[in-house]
This record gives sequence, structure tokens and C-alpha cells, in this order.
Amino acid sequence: MMYAVAIIAILITILLALVRALLGPTVYDRIAAMNMLGTKTILLIAVFAFLTDRHDLLDIALVYALINFIGVVAVLKLVEQGNLYTNGESSVDVKSEVGDK
Amino acid sequence: MIVETLSWICLVLGGLLGIIGGIGLHRFPDFYTRLHAAGTTDTLCAALFLLGLGLQAGITIASFKLFLIFAFIFLTSPTASHSLANAAMIGGLNPILSNPDVLNPDVSNLDVSNPKQLDE
Repeated sequence: MMYAVAIIAILITILLALVRALLGPTVYDRIAAMNMLGTKTILLIAVFAFLTDRHDLLDIALVYALINFIGVVAVLKLVEQGNLYTNGESSVDVKSEVGDK
Repeated sequence: MIVETLSWICLVLGGLLGIIGGIGLHRFPDFYTRLHAAGTTDTLCAALFLLGLGLQAGITIASFKLFLIFAFIFLTSPTASHSLANAAMIGGLNPILSNPDVLNPDVSNLDVSNPKQLDE
């Protein structure tokens, strides 16, 4: 019962974040929404592990926590400089693309 | 019994905080306010959920893993929020209050959901 309530709350939050990720006028809104969605997914996996009494699922939540952060930073770097191979300098004019991505 | 009640309270508070953050992310007018809503609730929501689950688990290997997840989220979530705000600032996205027209009540037809309009 307790875990079911927690899972429903997490799913409502994921739905709201997903709506923002689909609507979001700028690319940064989408990244913020996906970051929140990733954190909520970690919590969902953790609660699900307790709901089904399979505590080994917590390892997956742990790995997801690491991958989520790396993924957000990588996408930010890609948006900011247009590629992932240069070190710092940008290959596109970012300012002209903020509004319409 | 007390532990059960505390666990309930933690999970319900965490769920409420998560939904509040989701509503904030959905309804606030521009990117920086949305990031504020999402970033501030995210960490405490995760902490309350993991504390509630840890109270259920007791002192086992499961609660140690929950603590590790909490430590990673506690370090990475504010860092991700900071780098997001930093990237948006470098990318030329202005906060909504940097435009004086927003504070002026006679521009009622200003569409705040479109940041392109707010740029000079």
C-alpha cells in the first residue's frame, strides 16, 4: 500500500516533467525536464525494488544515478558547443539556435 | 510501528514534494524559474524517499545501497542544475525579469511562454 502510493506520486511527477519536455520552448527546458525525469526514475526503481522485495534492483538504480548525471552533462556540452570532440570552443553559433530547438 | 509510521510520513512527504516540483516545472513562466522549482525540490524529494525506504530496510546491505544512491544524487543534482543554468546563460537565454516590459502592466498581450519574444 505504502509503496503503491509512492509509485503513483512518482508517476504523476514523471507525467508533468514529460509534458514540459514535450512542450518546453527552449532546449534547456527539455534538458531540465529530462534531468528531473531521470532522478524520478531512480526513485521509481528503488521503490519498485522494495515493492517486489527484490533488493538487487537497487544496483540498477545506483548505475542509473551515475549514467543520468553523465548523460545530462554530455547533452549540455553537445548543445553548448555543437559537438563532443572539441575541448571548450564552440563550432556553432549557439545564440541563434536557442529559441527554436 | 513507529518506524512504519515514520517511513509512511517520509514517503508521502517525498511524493508531495515531487508533485509540487512537477507542477512548478509545468507552470512557471520562464526557464530559470522552472529550473528553480525542479532543482530545489529534486534533492529533498529523493532524500525523503530514500530515507523512507531505508527505514523499511533496517541496517542491511540494501540500506547501504540506498545511502550510496542518496550520496550520488546529493552531489550530482545541484551540479546538474548549476551547469544547466550556466549553459543557458552562456547560450544567451535571458531571465524574464531582465526585460523591463514584463514589469510593465500595460503589455498584457505578452506571451511569457515564448522566450524569443522577450529577447531584445
